[in-house]
Amino acid sequence: MDWTYIQGILMLAGINMIAVLGLSLLTGFTGLFSFGHAGFMAIGAYVGAWISASPASTPAGLGLPFVLAIVAGGAAAGLVSYFIGRISLNLKGDYFCIATLGFGEAIRLIFNNVNRFGGARGWPGVPSKSSFLAILIADIVAVVFLANLVKSRHGRNMIAVREEELAAQIAGIDVFRYKMISLIISAVYAGVAGVFFAHYMTFIQPKMFSLTKSTELTIIVIFGGLGSISGSVLGAILLTALPEILRAFEMWRLVFYGAAVILIMVSRPKGLMGGMELTPSGIRKVAAERNALREAKAKLLAEGSGEEED
Amino acid sequence: MAAILHIRDLTKQFGGLTAVDAVSFDVPEGGIVGLIGPNGAGKTTIFNLITGVYKPTSGSIEFRDRSIVGLEPFRIADMGITRTFQNIRLFKNLSVFDNVLTACHLSANYSFAEAILRLPRFRTQEKRLMAKAEELLDIMGLLGYKDLIANNLPYGLQRRLEIVRALALNPSLLLLDEPAAGMNPDETEQLMRLIVRIRDDFKLSVLVIEHHMDLIMGVCEHIIVLNFGEKIAEGSAEEVSRHPQVIEAYLGTREEATDA
Ligand SMILES: Nc1ncnc2c1ncn2[C@@H]1O[C@H](COP(=O)(O)OP(=O)(O)OP(=O)(O)O)[C@@H](O)[C@H]1O
Ligand SMILES: [Mg+2]
Repeated sequence: MDWTYIQGILMLAGINMIAVLGLSLLTGFTGLFSFGHAGFMAIGAYVGAWISASPASTPAGLGLPFVLAIVAGGAAAGLVSYFIGRISLNLKGDYFCIATLGFGEAIRLIFNNVNRFGGARGWPGVPSKSSFLAILIADIVAVVFLANLVKSRHGRNMIAVREEELAAQIAGIDVFRYKMISLIISAVYAGVAGVFFAHYMTFIQPKMFSLTKSTELTIIVIFGGLGSISGSVLGAILLTALPEILRAFEMWRLVFYGAAVILIMVSRPKGLMGGMELTPSGIRKVAAERNALREAKAKLLAEGSGEEED
Repeated sequence: MAAILHIRDLTKQFGGLTAVDAVSFDVPEGGIVGLIGPNGAGKTTIFNLITGVYKPTSGSIEFRDRSIVGLEPFRIADMGITRTFQNIRLFKNLSVFDNVLTACHLSANYSFAEAILRLPRFRTQEKRLMAKAEELLDIMGLLGYKDLIANNLPYGLQRRLEIVRALALNPSLLLLDEPAAGMNPDETEQLMRLIVRIRDDFKLSVLVIEHHMDLIMGVCEHIIVLNFGEKIAEGSAEEVSRHPQVIEAYLGTREEATDA
């Protein structure tokens, strides 16, 4: 395994990571499941390709800088998610999930039929702009933004929605608004991931953004552990790298992949990280929680034996 | 004393069932009012109507002389009405501290951008929220359990944590739905003192549903009795306990008694 090969896998993992982090906010922190985030990746990928592809290529692009492609791809996905949210976030949880599934498939079918963007045959002329460094920077920014968000009142409000929706309402939290914002941020992340993906592959096709892709993103979030950014990061790296590394054993690839996921979910039902963060403050928090539990138990026992003596 | 909450002809029907039937009453500013009645009398439904969880079929609810009918629950909370739940609804997987800290959010107004970029306003306001959460836990005697996951808290303390979480919103009207459920007489006694203390310290008005008659008789200045969705009596503890319809509702009518 040479460095270019490993680098390639890491880049793919890094791109996945952006989408997974966004979905982590929606699913892990806000408690909404989506099976359509590949649709937001597709929007990012196509809008991004259109912005940056050369006007001379077929399909023709605008030939604008890559940075603009990132901004436009993320913004377009965010905008579409706003409309999806308006019609589906009022529905109860399970219906939202189904709505996202329908959306993801619809987007794929639309791109299949828009010849301006290459239709089902795809878009071959996307410039190769996703460098290792650019992806690394995007990942760092994505992690820092998300970590800061979840440690603010806004992030706590989202977590409250996940924990107990009615209690969140009664605590003065505008549940619909926070679900919406969470959805939009997750869609922007997915859109940006799509832009990087298009400029990494240099060729995009609607079938790359199928239900399988959406499911893969959700599996990674659950595998990493709901409510853990570290879990999403590790999950993205492990579950993107694993299938690639196993490509040498083509026949057994998916068997191993499936077995690895099942193994984690059986041995750690709350996912790899189980809501915990691999940071100094995250570790301190878990230690404090364990300590508090031990003390509380000791106190209860003491009270119990005290009563017996009476 | 002026009324902080003013309810007139409040009615709620679920299909053919009238859960609340033309009920009217007031909660005076600074008062502690009890809402009692047999199981299924419509007490919790009234809480759900006041807090916007259900929309009334008809009738009016005015809070500080403004109608709150049709407002979303979070707006009603924002205006200063909050509650606890009969079946505890804490943020179960969060620590005791985070439960309260989350509910303190109305005391901060920094934006998303300020949070994501950790700008100065975010930092100073966060410090203030944390200090506030800590102080509330301290006053209510839960600071020692600060880091405990709420779900691991003993039952009685979970009820108390729900009250602390409600207080974090700076409410002016607190609705308590069977706060003493599952408590022993000792804990109930403590809770009674607590209710009076928070009313005085936080300058609240309280509306409390309870089956423990000691608690109701001990702390409520005014009691409203419901039966089958209708208000059958109201008044002081003494007045209510002498009321023939109340005695009937609790002990069953003579005919029923002889039937059985
Ligand atoms: N969402 C609902 N849909 C249909 N019926 C309901 C609903 N909520 C309450 N009810 C009915 O309304 C009536 C009043 O219920 P409510 O919960 O208000 O009683 P309660 O006085 O709080 O009783 P308890 O002391 O048992 O808590 C009951 O008959 C109940 O079954
Ligand atoms: Mg009830």
